[in-house]
Amino acid sequence: MGNPNVGKSAIFSRLTGVKVIISNYPGTTIEFTQGYLKLGEEKVQVLDVPGTYTLEPLTKAEEIACLMLKKGDLVINIVDATNLERNLYLTLQLLEKNIPVIAALNMWDDTKHRGIEIDVKKLEKLLDIPVVPTCGLTGEGIHRLIDRFKEAKISALKLASDKERWEEIGKIVGEVQKLHHRHHTFLETLEDLSIKPLSGIPIALGVIYVSFKIIRFIGEGLIGNVFEPIFENLWLPLMTKLSQFLGQSGFLHGILIGHLIEGEIDFGMSFGLLTTGLFVPIAMVLPYIFSFYLVLGLLEDWGYLPRLAVLADNIMHRLGLHGYAIVPMILGLGCNVPGALATRLLVGRREKFIAATLMAIAVPCMAQIAMIVGLVGKRGGQYVAVVFLTLVLLWFILGGILHRILKGESPELILEIPPYRRPQILAVIKKLWMRTYAFLVSAVPYVLLGILIANILYTLKVIDLLAKLSSPILSGLWGLPSEAISALLIGFLRKDVAVGMLGPLNLTTKQLVVGSTILAIYFPCVATFVVLIRELGIKDTLKSTIIMIIVALLVGGLLNLILPNV
Amino acid sequence: MDNFRTLPELKPGESGVIIDIQGGSGLVRHLESLGVRVGKRVTKISAQFWRGPQVIKIDNIQIALGFGMSRKVYVEIKK
Repeated sequence: MGNPNVGKSAIFSRLTGVKVIISNYPGTTIEFTQGYLKLGEEKVQVLDVPGTYTLEPLTKAEEIACLMLKKGDLVINIVDATNLERNLYLTLQLLEKNIPVIAALNMWDDTKHRGIEIDVKKLEKLLDIPVVPTCGLTGEGIHRLIDRFKEAKISALKLASDKERWEEIGKIVGEVQKLHHRHHTFLETLEDLSIKPLSGIPIALGVIYVSFKIIRFIGEGLIGNVFEPIFENLWLPLMTKLSQFLGQSGFLHGILIGHLIEGEIDFGMSFGLLTTGLFVPIAMVLPYIFSFYLVLGLLEDWGYLPRLAVLADNIMHRLGLHGYAIVPMILGLGCNVPGALATRLLVGRREKFIAATLMAIAVPCMAQIAMIVGLVGKRGGQYVAVVFLTLVLLWFILGGILHRILKGESPELILEIPPYRRPQILAVIKKLWMRTYAFLVSAVPYVLLGILIANILYTLKVIDLLAKLSSPILSGLWGLPSEAISALLIGFLRKDVAVGMLGPLNLTTKQLVVGSTILAIYFPCVATFVVLIRELGIKDTLKSTIIMIIVALLVGGLLNLILPNV
Repeated sequence: MDNFRTLPELKPGESGVIIDIQGGSGLVRHLESLGVRVGKRVTKISAQFWRGPQVIKIDNIQIALGFGMSRKVYVEIKK
């Protein structure tokens, strides 16, 4: 256990070998993770818990940490050596709990160039528990930490009140820590610049702009130079042979290869398991997932997100949120599931509700974005812009409305801003791999399932029936062909497949724009929905869902009215 | 009395010692757990526009505090 952003997950990962996401901002870990460590002959369970400043939790993530405390036989208290004084408060609270504690003085490497000198021996004596200097990122000191687990003990140091604790901390810090004066480093100058509004706002805009440029550059580069050529040159001939072998039609051909478009396989439109089913997740979505998480990983480890949160605080207040609510939004851009989970960082029910609803409606996940860029982009970049501009406007307007009509106030920001750290290439790659891998194993099966279900529904003529039933809304209100109901249906499962299903419908550009926008808004995918229920409760999730449906009806209708026919 | 200011009244770069936090015990405890407490030396780093959050530095930590909250923190400037 320890304060937020002190490196608990890094140490946990070193202890157990379990891969967990590690970043440089408070609140990376919002759930507990378990792993095992071999201690001689014994296998012991190790828990990684969210950070907390005190044992009186304020957010759900902190609550989890405090609950887990009751389950442990031994607490490894991770202490940020560069912030001894503040970290010791939690340490003292832990010592009072009658549970054996061992402390890891983490970020030990940072103390040297920050001009901090700590007398570890003395600290051990004063706290009456073993204290081991460590560096989670490089693994320094981890073995010593493990070796000394058996020395962990229930400290004799017991204090009754806050006042006593702070006095004791003052005494301890005074005795063990020496600060040396030193000059501002380059990173610190940069830290100051990026938090002052006059320089910070241009820097923020620049960072966002460059991030998107890089994401597009890498994403498009990978698609155009790697994945499309592989599919066109290697996979297509194979599939063509298979198609001929299967006789170019029939049930099995329909499922595996799909329909032939003008006698040929079209990876975007054929909709067979082996054609579109592989092409969509691997050649259209994966490159963007990869490039998005690469850039996000660098920003996270660099320590930029909390600064963006401070700069965005003002805007977010107009939406009933505070600045840190950008974290769920940004994570939601990758995938709405971690985005919905990250609403745990927020304190009140009202702000969680607003944040989750806004994210589910107006923040499309990277898989969906990639498909919209791929599909709508063929008709022209300006149409892609219409889709995203609509969503951005919607985000602001809906947030403003929710803020007005829901009782309560925007909570105030209290946020620790971590120092900038040079991202460690290995750590960034590891994190990128974990996220890309998670996409591959969790998304690809669902994409295939989605395509399979779509095919079955078509074969059974279920779609025709549903199309008839839903035509007043789809055709009447939104101006879409009523077969588009199939995309809405599959959208429950995977949004990327759903957008892809608009492809074979021969839509006009206007219809494509309306359809893509509606698919982003109308309902979250089932994975996100489950998380929403868990995080918001059934009642709030239902409310949120009703808002989504109403907004989808309104926005779809409005776009259909005002967009010119193209 | 000129030496007493609230956090938003400090200019960026100015520093002083916290002498009082006027808030409920919940707020005070929350701030204390972050290291914002009476007796600590605080330096203001920046203030965001339009009554935005105030960024301060205490020991080695930078902390952003919402405007309303930061108005409850009183600082004495020692020349």
